[in-house]
Amino acid sequence: MKYLDEYRDARLAHQLAREIHRVTTRSWTLMEVCGGQTHAIVKFGIDQVLPKQITLIHGPGCPVCVTPVELIDKALEIASRPDVIFCSFGDMLRVPGTAADLLSVKAAGGDVRIVYSPLDAVKLAQNNPAKEVVFFAVGFETTAPATAMAVHQAAAKGLANFSLLVSHVLVPPGMEAILSSSNCRVQGFLAAGHVCTVMGFEQYVPIAAKYRVPIVVTGFEPLDILQGVLMAVSQLESGRAVVENQYSRAVCRAGNEPAQHLIRQVFRIVSRQWRGIGSIPKSGLGLRAAYAAFDAERKFGLAALRVEEPSQCLSGLVLQGQIKPHQCPAFGAPCTPDRPLGAPMVSSEGACAAYYRYRRDTEASASATPS
Amino acid sequence: MCLAIPGKIISLTDDDPLERAGKVDFGGVFKDVSLGFVPEAKVGDYVIVHVGFAISRVDEEEALKVFEYLKEMENLSELKEGGP
Repeated sequence: MKYLDEYRDARLAHQLAREIHRVTTRSWTLMEVCGGQTHAIVKFGIDQVLPKQITLIHGPGCPVCVTPVELIDKALEIASRPDVIFCSFGDMLRVPGTAADLLSVKAAGGDVRIVYSPLDAVKLAQNNPAKEVVFFAVGFETTAPATAMAVHQAAAKGLANFSLLVSHVLVPPGMEAILSSSNCRVQGFLAAGHVCTVMGFEQYVPIAAKYRVPIVVTGFEPLDILQGVLMAVSQLESGRAVVENQYSRAVCRAGNEPAQHLIRQVFRIVSRQWRGIGSIPKSGLGLRAAYAAFDAERKFGLAALRVEEPSQCLSGLVLQGQIKPHQCPAFGAPCTPDRPLGAPMVSSEGACAAYYRYRRDTEASASATPS
Repeated sequence: MCLAIPGKIISLTDDDPLERAGKVDFGGVFKDVSLGFVPEAKVGDYVIVHVGFAISRVDEEEALKVFEYLKEMENLSELKEGGP
């Protein structure tokens, strides 16, 4: 496919890798923010062609992974109601709540449906006026415009039987939470390309300056990631710390202004709980008062739940890049994609799932080898 | 979740600007896509699509830059190797 295949050219990838080897003189630790990038890195073995001095650590950029247990529990409560059609992206169905997951609610007779787009949920609400249709609005800034459009269209159509359980989170506050932690090892970021497609990259300029870290807006294909690494390492080697844009075919400085406009119209900035990390101020989106009628938490009168996360699951450390997935004692047993203890083992973007799928044997044999 | 893939617009509907939509070809798989956030996109353009929404038009000139850079690098190293 055009704009995909040519960015997977092995010869050109090796050419970029050689250039990275040429410019690297010291040890550097970079974090790729987005789970989509983590999957590409592990799937294509990009980390294995880099110089030994470069460590890639995997960031929290998996919205499914950072959705807190209490929101999953609220989703389970709503989805169990007989009058509800509960709509979600497929990734969320097997994320464990306290006692169950959405798939088990569906198996027990709950009307849980996987949708491709939030607009599919709006259509379901139109076609099922006797049912309450609830959409589980999970995602970063990339997904927020789609949710905002669903709310906008539902309001325009006067749909009273449509609502959202909102769990939108924002990337820059998550990056700042990592950078301000006392044991932060990150010296440079590959910023999440598609988040920047929507938001642009102006908001990263003060972060790069304050924490003196290069931030390179990076795409998702092997050539993108290798070029992003090259740009970040070149900055580090020359003592610079600025924002650069590797993914210029899809991202411009200002981002997508019509999308941002609709996000601002529908949402306001709120504090959010990140699974495994804790509460981060001003790190999420909630519905504005004008759209409060679409707030499922309000509609179904759900009390604020506080739920303990399973202690065996170290996903918080994985999400902050402090351990690699296979370093978690639960990795592979008892935690597997079939019986996940935490969301990063479920989501197609979760770091644990990526390691389980592509690295289970090599990492297991590496750790079994006496050093 | 931020997965988004490029596809080519093959037809447009001319609805209300925010409800603008079109058919997009993803290497032979066709899908209806909301084009409300890319008012400038026209038939033949490539757009990056996420959960049924085009979030950006692919800039063809920018898309070539990495290949031009790599070509330049290759020429430079050939020059060096072929030099005195």
